[in-house]
Amino acid sequence: MIKEYNTIREVAGPLMLVEQVEGAKYEELVEIELPDGELRNGRVLEVNRDKALIQLFEGVTGVNIFNTKVRFKGKGMELDVSQDILGRVFDGQGRPIDKGPKIIPEKRLDINSSPINPYARDYPSEFIQTGFSTIDGLNTLVRGQKLPIFSGNGLPHSQMAAQIARQAKVLGTEEEFAVVFAAMGITFEEAQYFIQDFQKTGAIERTVLFVNLASDPPIERLTTPRLALTAAEYLAFEIGMHVLVILTDMTNYCEALREVSAARQEVPGRRGYPGYLYTDLSSIYERAGRIKGKKGSITQIPILTMPEDDKTHPIPDLTGYITEGQIVLSRTMHMRGIYPPVDVLQSLSRLKDKGIGEGKTREDHADVFNQLFAAYARGLEARELEVILGEAALSDMDRIFYRFAESYERRYIAQKETEDRDIAFTLDLGWELMATLPAAELKRIRPEFIEKYLSKYKEKVEAT
Amino acid sequence: MDAGSIVKVAGPLVIAEGMQNARIYDVVRVSEQRLMGEIIEMRRDEASIQVYEETGGLGIGEPVYLSGHPLSVELGPGLIESIYDGVQRPLDIIKETAGDLITRGIDIPGLSRDRKWSFNPSVRVGDSVAEGDVLGTVEESVLVEHKIMVPPGVKGVVKSIERLECTVEKTVAVIETENGKDVEITMIAKWPVRKPRPYKEKLTPDEPLSTGQRVIDALFPISKGGTACIPGPFGSGKTVVQHQLAKYADAQIIVYVGCGERGNEMTDVLMEFPELIDPHSGEPLMKRTILIANTSNMPVAAREASVYTGITIAEYYRDMGFSVALMADSTSRWAEAMREMSGRLEEMPGDEGYPAYMGTRIAEFYERAGKVICLGNDDRIGTLSAVGAVSPPGGDLADPVVQSTLRVVKVFWGLEDKLAYRRHFPAISWLNSYSLYIPNLKEYFVKNYGQEWIDNLNRAMVILQEEAELEEIVRLVGLDALSPDNRLIMETAKSIREDFLHQNAFDEVDTYSSFEKMVKLMELIMHFHNQAEDALKNEVPMLDITVLQVREKIARAKYIHEDKKEEFENIKLEITKGFQELKEKLVDV
Repeated sequence: MIKEYNTIREVAGPLMLVEQVEGAKYEELVEIELPDGELRNGRVLEVNRDKALIQLFEGVTGVNIFNTKVRFKGKGMELDVSQDILGRVFDGQGRPIDKGPKIIPEKRLDINSSPINPYARDYPSEFIQTGFSTIDGLNTLVRGQKLPIFSGNGLPHSQMAAQIARQAKVLGTEEEFAVVFAAMGITFEEAQYFIQDFQKTGAIERTVLFVNLASDPPIERLTTPRLALTAAEYLAFEIGMHVLVILTDMTNYCEALREVSAARQEVPGRRGYPGYLYTDLSSIYERAGRIKGKKGSITQIPILTMPEDDKTHPIPDLTGYITEGQIVLSRTMHMRGIYPPVDVLQSLSRLKDKGIGEGKTREDHADVFNQLFAAYARGLEARELEVILGEAALSDMDRIFYRFAESYERRYIAQKETEDRDIAFTLDLGWELMATLPAAELKRIRPEFIEKYLSKYKEKVEAT
Repeated sequence: MDAGSIVKVAGPLVIAEGMQNARIYDVVRVSEQRLMGEIIEMRRDEASIQVYEETGGLGIGEPVYLSGHPLSVELGPGLIESIYDGVQRPLDIIKETAGDLITRGIDIPGLSRDRKWSFNPSVRVGDSVAEGDVLGTVEESVLVEHKIMVPPGVKGVVKSIERLECTVEKTVAVIETENGKDVEITMIAKWPVRKPRPYKEKLTPDEPLSTGQRVIDALFPISKGGTACIPGPFGSGKTVVQHQLAKYADAQIIVYVGCGERGNEMTDVLMEFPELIDPHSGEPLMKRTILIANTSNMPVAAREASVYTGITIAEYYRDMGFSVALMADSTSRWAEAMREMSGRLEEMPGDEGYPAYMGTRIAEFYERAGKVICLGNDDRIGTLSAVGAVSPPGGDLADPVVQSTLRVVKVFWGLEDKLAYRRHFPAISWLNSYSLYIPNLKEYFVKNYGQEWIDNLNRAMVILQEEAELEEIVRLVGLDALSPDNRLIMETAKSIREDFLHQNAFDEVDTYSSFEKMVKLMELIMHFHNQAEDALKNEVPMLDITVLQVREKIARAKYIHEDKKEEFENIKLEITKGFQELKEKLVDV
């Protein structure tokens, strides 16, 4: 039996305190009925003797303390799932908003799933080809990884994410990715960009969208990624699909968390974010992965905009401690007209070593990666010198690397928004660029590979 | 059973009343789901409980059952090769019983009740024994001979003891104490995790813990029984260093605590360790390893407990006379768990919201490491080394967790993201790091590797310092403006950095470097330096020195296999020859 109360005592911020409550449960869902019959939803944040502290998803505007009714539903928040969720759009509480029919649930799943037993996990090692040279060649993504994009305001992270969603595939298999997309507090236009892109390419058929726009209730931002991941877990581990989850923008999520924390008058940690931000973020990011004996996988690409492009801000900082690497976008590169503007030196994929090499990408991948990286780093040092002293002051060797860095950025890093490069192309491009360097400088490549690959590009370079 | 009832639920904190019979730090079972919790505060009959499992769905009035004992671990054969969560529940058995996810209310003992062990007595009926004496042994793994010891506080005469093939719960011996009471000894011992295990006497650690990592063993060594911390921003390679230590440190037992870190990382360890061979014993690494995995998304209170669970198990093996090394990755997550509980308890916060007692807790934890004379009549010596990773926000060393840790640990391996961006790994800064054990270890080094090794090291350190100063000048006026002597310093420093300090954890050979190999490698680099210095005095041009072919061989020397150390001598001869030729060429001109 559902109990109904009209004993609201306090309303402040997104929170509401109800008294004389019997048997309320922590994290239980509640329904609020306003005097005019409007229904809203909330969640119990704390129970203390006969008091329950409730967080309202749609905010407290218009709540009257004396004439509003509160009903405790006796269960936590759940998502209705079935295979029909593919191609559908939901709001931040999991209700369809695309004018389609209601989902007939095959299952109702708790949106806070239990943690995956580390013993049951399977180590991610299957290479995902994204079609970006900077990712495939240098910061390889593997199935079951969580690899965020650290971006800034005005940088083209959305284009990148949409392009990855379009192009991602595993070599040698026909399996397609399902995409689960969670938008938190982004603008209508940004959301529309993704939806239209998915529609245009037909990807929408295998996409589930959870959309909470900037104008939607901020508290729903806390449930949006959890709904999305619950859907992803269903598709991955029960249906057996390979799911790519895009979460954008995690910064808005963290701000909603801070808002609730501040309303509860909790002791703040850094920059006013709650002390449990790390734990909370991990309960989202750690839902990526693979499970032994299960066919599907969940790969996460969270996007976050770094306030003031500051990587030490708590949100990117704590994210970086949980995720398996990061793709950092650089404003300088963007200004120079390079897309994708990936800052290669700061980006990293921790799981790349297990995903590359013979049988996965190509035998020379690791060596090419190391050499390109070292040569580019050296080229950037030469560029710094060039800025101070001018190109004439560079030694011959420095000048070679200086030019290498230039062409590396223009040809290897930069590519078109429609360009889907396969891994062989990316690796060959690397060789072509390295052919402009003296062979003696290619110390990080094993001699047998130099013999096998370099000669044909050497001729090509000399011919031009 | 005695029970109270819940009056408040806020995240991992539950408050229950009617708890007048409870003691602080006792374990309780919350609600009919029997979630595990620990009392951390008492006010009148109200107890504040940190719950080691998710608390969603708990409500007012639900029961809280007292257990009457503090949070303890089970110690005995079967620990080795196990993987536990933060409160010693075996994760492999959880998977068998509960499936791929860790659901709530699972209660599985730390040690298997079914597995049989063969107990070999080492004392006879009628022998007098006291606490810490070895009653018998059990072969736990090919590497570990597990000792069954008289529990602390027990003294008497062996009344019965026999060779048995039995489970851990069966009595293997009976001791009659002085007041005529019989104490039955099984192979299982329980110990409260927050209480350090006793020993006879603490000693100064004076023997190095070889880690196979050159930058550590050569420049910033840790001793057996020592403490070290690895602070660094994300992506600087803390976890790789910790894994390398767990793989290659010459300890007999490794306890690896994954405290609030990534799930996939623990999976990596789990899949890799049974495959990898310990270079010291030739057996799979897992045969000496105990894993504790409380990943970041597992309950926060259990994360707080995980480091204590780990160190208690480590102390138990130390008490058997083993050299034990414990790695905790990361202690920042432990401190954050403390902060979260403190916040829920509405305690007055200290620095950055951390509780005021955080520094004390960290100090107490590291103080449980050490080299000791164990209890027992044979005066065996056991060591427990503790290495903690610290993850300060933004890599800022002013972070309170880093500062509290640095106050107690003796070795500081500072990781720098600048080095990591240049892909110099391990990214341990040679300018900021330190080891306070060097004076204690000097005697050992001189005895085993000669005074020359110490001299070479000191020389190398000076060269690296000089390089840092010269770099400023180079940045302003370019390398060509340096005098030949200074250019040599720059070249040698580069060689030390790239050919010695840089070590590839993913290369089959380079991942581990024995002390002998390390000494030889340094000798090569310094031999080249000395020869070059001499050549410069004889006015050999610097350019001729930099193009010497043998430098390529020095650069590749770290990939020389451990079995082929004689190759170092050949390279050394080649260096001497190379310089000889240079000088002769000069004379000819």
